[in-house]
Amino acid sequence: MMKDLSFNAVMNRKNEIMKKALGMDYSIYESGGIAFDYEKMMRDTGFGLSDVMKIQRETGVGNTPLLELKNLTELVRRISPKGKGARIFVKDEACNPSGSFKDRRASVSVYMAKKLGYKGVVAATSGNYGAAVASQAAMRNLDCIIVQECYDSRKVGQPEILEKQRKCECLGAEVVQLTVGPELFYTFLRILEETGYFNASLYSTFGIAGVETLGYEIAIQCREMIGRDPDVVVATHAGGGNLTGTARGLIKAGAVNTKVIGASVDLTGLHMASDRAFNRKSFTTGHTGFGVPYATDPDHSDVPRSAARALRYMEDYLLVKQGEVFYITEALSQLEGMERGPAGNTSLTAAFALAQQMDEDKIIVVQETEYTGAGKHPLAQLSFAKKNGVEVKFGNPDEEIPGTNIILPENPTLIKVRHADMDKMRKSYIKNTLNRAKVDYVDDKDIEFLAIETKTNRKFVESVLEEFGIKK
Amino acid sequence: MSNAKKGDWVQIHQIVLKPEERTGKLPEDTKKVPLELWVKGFLNHDANLYDEVEITTLTGRKVKGELVLINPRYEYGFGEEYVPELLNIGIQLRGILKGGDNK
Ligand SMILES: Cc1ncc(COP(=O)(O)O)c(C=O)c1O
Repeated sequence: MMKDLSFNAVMNRKNEIMKKALGMDYSIYESGGIAFDYEKMMRDTGFGLSDVMKIQRETGVGNTPLLELKNLTELVRRISPKGKGARIFVKDEACNPSGSFKDRRASVSVYMAKKLGYKGVVAATSGNYGAAVASQAAMRNLDCIIVQECYDSRKVGQPEILEKQRKCECLGAEVVQLTVGPELFYTFLRILEETGYFNASLYSTFGIAGVETLGYEIAIQCREMIGRDPDVVVATHAGGGNLTGTARGLIKAGAVNTKVIGASVDLTGLHMASDRAFNRKSFTTGHTGFGVPYATDPDHSDVPRSAARALRYMEDYLLVKQGEVFYITEALSQLEGMERGPAGNTSLTAAFALAQQMDEDKIIVVQETEYTGAGKHPLAQLSFAKKNGVEVKFGNPDEEIPGTNIILPENPTLIKVRHADMDKMRKSYIKNTLNRAKVDYVDDKDIEFLAIETKTNRKFVESVLEEFGIKK
Repeated sequence: MSNAKKGDWVQIHQIVLKPEERTGKLPEDTKKVPLELWVKGFLNHDANLYDEVEITTLTGRKVKGELVLINPRYEYGFGEEYVPELLNIGIQLRGILKGGDNK
């Protein structure tokens, strides 16, 4: 009998399709209330850090260099008050086989897919993750399908996403491209069901376990190079897996006093599912359009429980402007001789601002870079922005309006630290969690869980619950 | 004569959901347009551009849709126009490092 492939029928089969495609049952981690057992879920990958490293060595992932950005640090010192200007280091993740830290994330999933006997892997992504899955699948002789949100209704594609299409295809993957909209998930489910392939989800436990080696390596390399742990690690934040995995790896290395700070490009005001706005932004990841919803509602991803839970680990969340990131991207190539892509340079931009406030003997590690080239270079992005009616000019980045203009800082002193409102995000997380669980009552375990999830305490959680009129 | 022969590498196009079938929490502009899909593969039979065709994709899936491109090329690059603004940044920063005016 033919399966009913209508939208509603496929969506109704979601749980069944997912269970088959993930090879694991998430229901065993649920408490029945709000809480679920995150640490048990992570442990149940069955892989310790050293197992993950072994899997990654097999495909040439990880062990990337940690580089000191001496000229950029010197630049910071020239424009900062005397005694200020922390040393900036960068983990050159562009050295991974497909050009970004996402290889770490794909490596364990693709290994698992192979081990469990799947013939191929599918991932829903418009970004570096697609190339990473395609590359890992190529190395492990698996088929690969990447489902991308790519075009607006004029079939105009973001150059960065088109580059990712090319890269995936050149690595032997099939690329399915869609116009803007969350119903991509329907197509994704249909492909999973049709092929019986493994869902190499960005948000699976395997994905996040794969990123832990990044944090671990940073701690070890810092100790080797400077004899101690870094004071701050800055991570570009979108879906939250980058920050979560890195923070967990730092903790596993014992670097418990290192502060983990998220950074995103501020795209406030642009609707992510808008056909018109789609091509009026110059960043396809590492921006608030993903960063805020994923941090405050992690479980709206393509797995029942996301392993990427940024609010658990994030001590601060810095916002940078599109124009600032382009400026710092130029600075990195002109002063350090490194051409790298925009998403990685988002955290570098935040680090550049932060370093101006920190003492000279402090250490900031920017935890990744990504490759750049056609489609991903500022020349491509800015030219595309202009063509789509966005004004590009020099000025004060504080005046940047996403979708309307891109303001390159007139001089580097204008690149400033801007904090997102973390407490507002924590409250919004609690609210979303209550809505998802559909409860008007919480028990002690739930309160404990919410405190851990928001990196706060019972008092904070209780006051928020009271505000929302939730009974204990 | 057909434009495309069996076995040619092509791109096809489908409407996945018509505007009235869309369900997502969508802004007004997106609600007005369909959800569209493109995928590439080898053509399973001779055809003309814009015919309804069937292809076999790289993973061996058979997919039907409208034939829109034959030997589709990659069309992006480093932008259609040079962006001279970027030139100033390197000059300014090197100047500061060499000890010039910085504020
Ligand atoms: C290079 C790069 N950095 C950072 C990120 C953000 O990672 P995450 O989505 O896990 O927050 C991404 C992907 O989205 C990326 O490709």
